[in-house]
Amino acid sequence: MKRSIPLAICLIMGITMMIQFFVPHPASVAFFELTAKWVRIIGAFALVLGTGSLVMYHIDKIQRRRTGWYYSIVTLIAAVITTVIGLGWGIKSGSIFQNVIFSNLMVPLNASMFAILAFYMASAAYRAFRARTKEAALLLVAAFIVMLGMVPIGAHVPFFWFMVVVNVALLVVGLVNRSKALLIGAGALVVGLLAWLGFSGFKVPQLMLPDTAEWVLSVPNMAAKRAIQFGVALGGIATALKVILGIERGWLGGGKQ
Amino acid sequence: MIPFLILLLAAGQVAPPADTTRLAPQLAPPGGVKAFDTPNDQGKSITLRWSAGDTLAQAWLVERTDPEGPKVVSTNAAGDIGYIDEDVKDQVRYTYRVAAVASADTVWSQPSRPVASSPQLFNTARVNILIAMVIFFALVVYYIESAKKGTKLFVRRIAGLDAVEEAVGRATEMGKPIIYVPGLGSVADIATIASLNILGEVAKKVAQYDSALLVPNRDPIVYTVAREMVKEAYAKAGRPDAFKQDSVFFVTDQQFAYAAAVDGLMAREKPATNFFLGTFWAESLILAETGAQTGAIQIAGTDSVFQLPFFITACDYTLIGEELYAASAYLSREPLLLGSLKGQDYGKMTILTVVVVGSVLLFLSKIPALGFFGRIISLFNVR
Repeated sequence: MKRSIPLAICLIMGITMMIQFFVPHPASVAFFELTAKWVRIIGAFALVLGTGSLVMYHIDKIQRRRTGWYYSIVTLIAAVITTVIGLGWGIKSGSIFQNVIFSNLMVPLNASMFAILAFYMASAAYRAFRARTKEAALLLVAAFIVMLGMVPIGAHVPFFWFMVVVNVALLVVGLVNRSKALLIGAGALVVGLLAWLGFSGFKVPQLMLPDTAEWVLSVPNMAAKRAIQFGVALGGIATALKVILGIERGWLGGGKQ
Repeated sequence: MIPFLILLLAAGQVAPPADTTRLAPQLAPPGGVKAFDTPNDQGKSITLRWSAGDTLAQAWLVERTDPEGPKVVSTNAAGDIGYIDEDVKDQVRYTYRVAAVASADTVWSQPSRPVASSPQLFNTARVNILIAMVIFFALVVYYIESAKKGTKLFVRRIAGLDAVEEAVGRATEMGKPIIYVPGLGSVADIATIASLNILGEVAKKVAQYDSALLVPNRDPIVYTVAREMVKEAYAKAGRPDAFKQDSVFFVTDQQFAYAAAVDGLMAREKPATNFFLGTFWAESLILAETGAQTGAIQIAGTDSVFQLPFFITACDYTLIGEELYAASAYLSREPLLLGSLKGQDYGKMTILTVVVVGSVLLFLSKIPALGFFGRIISLFNVR
């Protein structure tokens, strides 16, 4: 009973919402909006549980003097102050809550966290672009094309000469490291560039880096993204179907299939 | 006098009296005014279309006549030859006229046939989605039934999921906790549901290995479900006593405040393993980089193509897109769940076939003689 009622609700609601997608009638739209309200109401109840969990977690942490327990005091004091100000003076525009807590505390703190992202991106890029493997080397070249193509100086760099520089660099690194892979890669690039020149009557093409960057983003990058999105869409539908049919019962806390 | 005037007229010396009907000789009324109930909607909408012909109209006036009388309801620019009237009542009959306007001249069309709006019970524009859904559901159900009958199904290796056992074992050996972040999405996100399913499997292993698990949550509903799942997993592993109430906890629903809290948790607890599975936004790299700096093994997975590069860069293993959804089947090895994976694979094959056939048809439709292929492609349009 503990499991069969939620499973039945899930099955009925799942099928109903599927049908709702195909029915534009106002009654169907009203039903959809009603369920959205239910979700918000359930969320409000769950928020009470969440707040209880937050308070209990930090009280326990302070009592047991766990690592960083003093931060828990700050959290609890902040929670109490925010609640008192919010309940006592309201949260409308111009209130202490909006002017002090939201605009002068929350917004700058959120912005600070977001700003950290720039530095993390730099360190992540450093790790990603170390040309340790063929794939990483390819990634490095593609990243350089896109990055240079996105800054003003890129508009003055012809793709052809950029590739000549990359090719020479690959050859030098390949010779210094006696790396077969890099030499083969550089050789392939030389053949490619010569073939390109041959087709264009030995005239250096006027393709600039922004054009190449645009091509990298809109063709190979977009193709990979779409491939992932196809899989995600199908995986999502299959997961939803499994949940509706009761095959996937993890959300119930497990149970027999 | 009269013969003189006749002579002058004949010689073209005197202009004839002004004829107002000839001031704008090329301004013609709009043709083919069609008013119809807007299809596939919830009613209260009538769509109007007309053809401009070769008139010199500078603007169009749309007039609606209802039981209360005529009323101009829209003024359209010259190139805008359509109007959707959403200020109508269902089951009330209206007629429409459209006027071509040039300078001070206005030429009205014939009134349209009376039309009334009504809500529809089925969105015919979504028939293609319905067909695709039925095919896909049939494939999934067929392979689930095959799995029920005992058919052995091959599932390729997923390195990130093979590493789960190793990651939990490492935490046990090091005596450090495992942090499981179920994403920042709500329980309505499929990625969150997939993540919660994986959490159940991970929690079971954690209980078996007697490691510590920490699950910080951003969504209060996800928190309540996650807590029940972890509790149930401990019970299933035969160790209900090992479950700690405060191992699954709610942090905050603020995105960056949550990221800061989890970063702090990682910095203080120095976990052996971090799982980042579910829906993530801009905080993905903030979490993954901090975790990498603490030296933890990191297994991440998300369905957001924008966050995947960050996870691939900063984590040891990344579940890409659908691998996240496949994880619970892969870890539990339940035949029914594996069967649905097979259905997904065939669904993908169908989509690939449609993409290839669609590309060929699109190419062919560009040849003037084969333009009808364009109509076949329009069948795949999703609205």
